Amino acid sequence: MPEMLSVKNLKIEATSYPPGEPPKVVTLVEGVSFTVQKGKVLGLIGESGAGKSTIGLSALAYGRGGVRITGGQVLLDGKDILTLDKNGIRSIRGARVCYVAQSAAAAFNPAHRLGDQVIEASLRHGIMSREEAKKRALYLFRVLGLPNPETFGDRYPHQVSGGQLQRAMTAMALCPNPELIVFDEPTTALDVTTQIDVLAAIKHAIEETHTAALYITHDLAVVAQISDDIMVLRHGKTVEYGATKQIIEAPREDYTRALVSVRQTKRDEAADQTGTQLTIEHVSAGYANGFKVLHDVSMHLPKGQTLAIVGESGSGKSTLARVITGLLPPTEGRITFEGKELPRALKGRSNDELRRIQMIYQMADTAMNPRQTVRDIVGRPLSFYFGLHGQKKTERVNELLDQIEMGGRFLDRYPAELSGGQKQRVAIARALAAKPELILCDEPTSALDPLVAEGILNLLLKLQEETAVSYVFITHDIAIVRAIADSVAVMHRGRLVRFGPKSKVLSPPFDDYTDLLLKSVPEMEIGWLERVLKTRRMESAGN
Amino acid sequence: MMESGPLTGPVPTDGTAGASHPRSAELSGVPAKPNPAASQSEIGGTFWRRFTFRRPLAALILQRLGLSVGLLFAVSLMIFGGIEALPGDFATTYLGQSATPQAVENIRKDLGLDKPWTERYLSWLGGAVQGDFGTSWASKNSVGEQISKRLGNSLFLAFFAALVSVPLAVGLGMLAVQFRNRLPDKIINVVSLAAISLPEFFVGYLLIMFFAVKYGVATFPATVYDSMSFTERLSAIALPVATLVLVVLAHMMRMTRAAILNVMSSAYVETAELKGLGMFRIIARHAAPNAVAPVINVIALNLAYLVVGVVVVEVVFVYPGMGQYMVDAVTVRDMPVVQACGLIFAAFYIFLNMAADILAIIANPRLRHPR
Amino acid sequence: MNLRSIPFSAWIGIAGIAIAIFCALFAPMIAPFGERDVVGDVWLPAGGDFLLGTDNLGRDLLSRLIYGARTTIFVALAATVLSFSLGMLLSFTAAVVGGFTDQLFSRFNDLMMAIPTLIFALVVLAVLPQHLWILILVMAVLDSTRVFRIGRAVALDVAVMEFVEAARLRGEGSLWIIFREILPNTLSPLLAEFGLRFAFSILFLSTLSFLGLGIQPPAADWGGMVKDNKDGIIFGISAALIPGAAIATLAICVNLVVDWLMKRTSSLKGGRGDA
Repeated sequence: MPEMLSVKNLKIEATSYPPGEPPKVVTLVEGVSFTVQKGKVLGLIGESGAGKSTIGLSALAYGRGGVRITGGQVLLDGKDILTLDKNGIRSIRGARVCYVAQSAAAAFNPAHRLGDQVIEASLRHGIMSREEAKKRALYLFRVLGLPNPETFGDRYPHQVSGGQLQRAMTAMALCPNPELIVFDEPTTALDVTTQIDVLAAIKHAIEETHTAALYITHDLAVVAQISDDIMVLRHGKTVEYGATKQIIEAPREDYTRALVSVRQTKRDEAADQTGTQLTIEHVSAGYANGFKVLHDVSMHLPKGQTLAIVGESGSGKSTLARVITGLLPPTEGRITFEGKELPRALKGRSNDELRRIQMIYQMADTAMNPRQTVRDIVGRPLSFYFGLHGQKKTERVNELLDQIEMGGRFLDRYPAELSGGQKQRVAIARALAAKPELILCDEPTSALDPLVAEGILNLLLKLQEETAVSYVFITHDIAIVRAIADSVAVMHRGRLVRFGPKSKVLSPPFDDYTDLLLKSVPEMEIGWLERVLKTRRMESAGN
Repeated sequence: MMESGPLTGPVPTDGTAGASHPRSAELSGVPAKPNPAASQSEIGGTFWRRFTFRRPLAALILQRLGLSVGLLFAVSLMIFGGIEALPGDFATTYLGQSATPQAVENIRKDLGLDKPWTERYLSWLGGAVQGDFGTSWASKNSVGEQISKRLGNSLFLAFFAALVSVPLAVGLGMLAVQFRNRLPDKIINVVSLAAISLPEFFVGYLLIMFFAVKYGVATFPATVYDSMSFTERLSAIALPVATLVLVVLAHMMRMTRAAILNVMSSAYVETAELKGLGMFRIIARHAAPNAVAPVINVIALNLAYLVVGVVVVEVVFVYPGMGQYMVDAVTVRDMPVVQACGLIFAAFYIFLNMAADILAIIANPRLRHPR
Repeated sequence: MNLRSIPFSAWIGIAGIAIAIFCALFAPMIAPFGERDVVGDVWLPAGGDFLLGTDNLGRDLLSRLIYGARTTIFVALAATVLSFSLGMLLSFTAAVVGGFTDQLFSRFNDLMMAIPTLIFALVVLAVLPQHLWILILVMAVLDSTRVFRIGRAVALDVAVMEFVEAARLRGEGSLWIIFREILPNTLSPLLAEFGLRFAFSILFLSTLSFLGLGIQPPAADWGGMVKDNKDGIIFGISAALIPGAAIATLAICVNLVVDWLMKRTSSLKGGRGDA
């Protein structure tokens, strides 16, 4: 087997310019080596900041911003591209190695037609004539399952959907017949039901064209479907490198094991019903310009339990949370909390009503004032709702910090001095400080690395046992629903599709949308994608 | 990057301020890019809403035109009516503090100040639309006649200043981008920062001192009259034009640099680079089409400033334009002249700002090729 | 932040501003002659008793320059502080309250900004009596339109962040939200903006004085000194250029400091990138 790409002992550094301090040199990647053979796919997996994109771009001898490759070799077909001059590198980029970016929407030039951009590299490098390139683009549009492939190239980037753009970007990379393609999180920005189609299209296209590929992602289940080998990265270093089967089924390192197992935690739903905490009846809501986001949504939540609201972006799940909080008053319907109807708008609610419903956000970074210390952040609800001051307040803050397993030494730290997981814990402490009866959790773990996310989920479950608080948990991740929910509401385009106890909602018979949603979530299992596609084909053949 | 604004100049569009410019914020509220979920069924109703959906470009331009007309109307009301609301009486002003009540009463009648202000406003506005701005209190001449002569002179000055400064500013801006963070860029940055801080009259007198007094290669004062030939006129306005160019150049160049840098750091330029394209092609094909809109915007905003910048420069060079006319009128409190000049300057300013907005709208491919 | 990280250019700016403020504060002690005293012949050249020569009436130019620093800096600073307070208050209120208040303030601001500042000032000063406080007020009101626009943009940037939403959900009042949540996070860009407005105020005041509408004689003020001495230019007498250079130097110094402040301003989300 010829080695298409061979990276040896790669070292990548960057200079950072912290404001008010002298510049610092940071090592992003160190001692990374791997090989990719013709027709094979290597998955690079790791958390954000693990250096995977940086490694991917090194295959094009490219560094973003102040990033420099300072050591090692990048051998393309046996020749080190790092030693090439400007023109040498240019003749490789876009011809022998191509790149698919995470956000195709930003990566396409808004001023030109898609077709022209797709064939541009092939023409400029003299790989094929305009006619040949057009023919190849048409072929690729077909392979990638784009609608109306004949006229698709005439469109402008903003005229097609995100999933289609991502496929067009893949076509653009495949067009010059490259020896290697670098896929940089190509499906991360997509909804889960769109992701599966793009994933299938990419896999099919790779098989058709026998190109070698680097597939970068943070989602092990996704990479398991598409790659032959996997390299697990953390903090710029290799954790584990091996065949996909070995990594998924017999991981050697603790970190890898944790990545594989994190999605497998499950919890049984609560059996007893202890009275209703929150009732949402026939709620519709929309924005001032008349655009309606929620249509006639009803659901309820028993005391001390967890209601998970699942849906893709645009399903209205976050809007529903805004309606519950009063930030967006509903146009129709009513919300009852503890047997009493809640005033529609935030302004109409008493401080006590506000206190009983607290909220945790997805991005703990922006949910906390960067100019306040942990003491101020957690202490404010204490003085605001309970009038606590001085020593008493500090004691209570310390108690809360113990409850979230952090301790008093964090008291005078600013959010910027905390890790992502610690920030989210402080946000939870702030919510707890109000002694709430209900906490709305808006995707509190989706911005966190899998291990940290698991810690947060466990903390939330522990707190529920201790304080009998109820959760409305908004998420797009079915695995989390399985892990923590008692009842589940599935939302799609602003409507409630399915609602009930977890065991019922997540087992057949399904409605069409829930079926699609459940089947689209990648599972940590080799061959899952083929299996799903096969059932789909059979179903459509049966219809 | 925010810059220090030249006197009376438009506030430069920087990253944050530009993005939430109150006026453009209103424009972006129009469903230029309707949510796909909204689809056709949600867009029903009035003719205008359907028109906005089908022809977003035309709708936006029409809206912007309408906004400008409305703004101009409001400005006229402010210039006329707002002044009425201010303390002080024109008749007393006109005659001086020692006037007898009887004299004041007479003059009020004379100037028509005894009529209600709404009536006077309407007749003033009616005249203004036809180019009749009444008669000057100081000289008893027709204001409209004076303005028609002087406006041409001012525009002549501003036109040549623009002719020199626009290509120079765009060129220097591109040069600064090309050598970004290297010596030429740093020099341009420091020099332009200094140039922004220079008052127009200082630049003007400095030029006079050197070129007119010391070396005698230029003329001062820059008087022009009807019988002058075109070349004589050109040589007369050489120094005022140079002053205006120096004052506006640095500002325009810094904004151009920021606009181009913004485009050059976008993801699609990175894509072009990763396609292995040459620098020239990246700039010409991928950066330029997207940089045109912001750069045109920069130019139009600075032209708006030029029109106003002539005021000080005309005073310095004793140039018979609108600016000098207005400043003279302000010193003697000749209200009809002040109001007329104020309205005309504001009209040019609003028009150029509108042109900047409309050009930016037209250059946006998302609006040119609706879904 | 440490002192060594301040670049050389910013040090020049800080030094220049310090000298000007020193002159303004201790003018009677430093100035060799009185502000309004005629001490020699008209337009004497520099050197001898008169370090910078004399002006169009035979007053010492250096002394007037030092006293002029007082007037110029005081009026410009007063106008800037006033315009900043006004613009910030209104813009933050608009951003936090939103809805109709925001629309009303913003549309009115658009209207004010549709008239170029200098033209607006000319029209208004033509009607109003000539008092120092009126001049300061007019400058402040006109300039506050620019502050409003920036302030609203900056405040909206912060106001949409979730920690502000969290404070709203807690039930906090508008004052707490403005002063405790938003303001501390906008100080850095606003400080730079303050410097920018101050530089603008110096130039604007000088221009008005030069046009004869600013500070009234015999008080010394840099813009007015240019006007007083401009007739000497055609005779090759550079007395008008000296106060002009003083204005330019002070404005450059302020802008050098602002430039540095802008560069070290980073948004809440991290670096602001190249610009």
